Amino acid sequence: MAEAKPRTTTSERPMSPHLQIYRWPITMLTSITHRATGMANAAGTLLLAAWLVSLTAGPEAYAMVMDLMASILGRIVLLGFTWSMSFHLLNGIRHLFWDAGHGFELTTANATGKLVLFLSVLVTIAIWVLAYSVRGGGA
Amino acid sequence: MSQKSALKKTRGLGSAKDGTAHFIKQRVTAVALLPLVGWFLYTVMSLVGADYETARGFIAQPFNAVMFLLLILAAFTHLRLGVQVVIEDYIDGEGTKLALLMLNNFFAIAIGAACAFAVLKTSLGA
Repeated sequence: MAEAKPRTTTSERPMSPHLQIYRWPITMLTSITHRATGMANAAGTLLLAAWLVSLTAGPEAYAMVMDLMASILGRIVLLGFTWSMSFHLLNGIRHLFWDAGHGFELTTANATGKLVLFLSVLVTIAIWVLAYSVRGGGA
Repeated sequence: MSQKSALKKTRGLGSAKDGTAHFIKQRVTAVALLPLVGWFLYTVMSLVGADYETARGFIAQPFNAVMFLLLILAAFTHLRLGVQVVIEDYIDGEGTKLALLMLNNFFAIAIGAACAFAVLKTSLGA
């Protein structure tokens, strides 16, 4: 009966994956983010639809859509949409290179993954800086 | 036993009976979207804070209207295929999966149609 007791050594063995040192590989992070941003972009087409439809519906509808998009919440959503589009498009280029058989080496895949993450943020900032300067900084 | 020869079975068709059509359409629309989204970014920059008539006038120009229609066609085809794969990968129940796949098709076609019609109505006047 004593033999049937659970051995304490079992619980002392390291877990796998080891949670204290475990991190997402960059390729896994970008892969999951590609799917998530793809879904977000699909939902974001509703913004495009709202804008295009309001243009046919009349000045009141257009003004309402523009006010919604220019609100604080609207700007946060549009900022998120800008990044989501930027990331998905840039990482999409990475996927197209993979489809052609290029860039699979681990060092290359890690480097392009980091590059895409960095560029997606840079592009988002550039677009918003440009948008505000085009508009003249007004509300 | 199927009467088809091994070559006939293989040519263009896998077990899903549509071969690589899904894969290829996803990539072709992806390539098409690169310049189209770039153009869309230019459009947005041109129309930041634009008033109603300016925005209408922009879309009314034939080149812009055609570019919008191409963007809509490529984008909604691309997202329909993409969302389909996500549903197939993550949803287990057959009933739920079928319902969501239908919903995905309805969403892409309905919202795409609304966008395209809006562009046509704006650009063709009335």
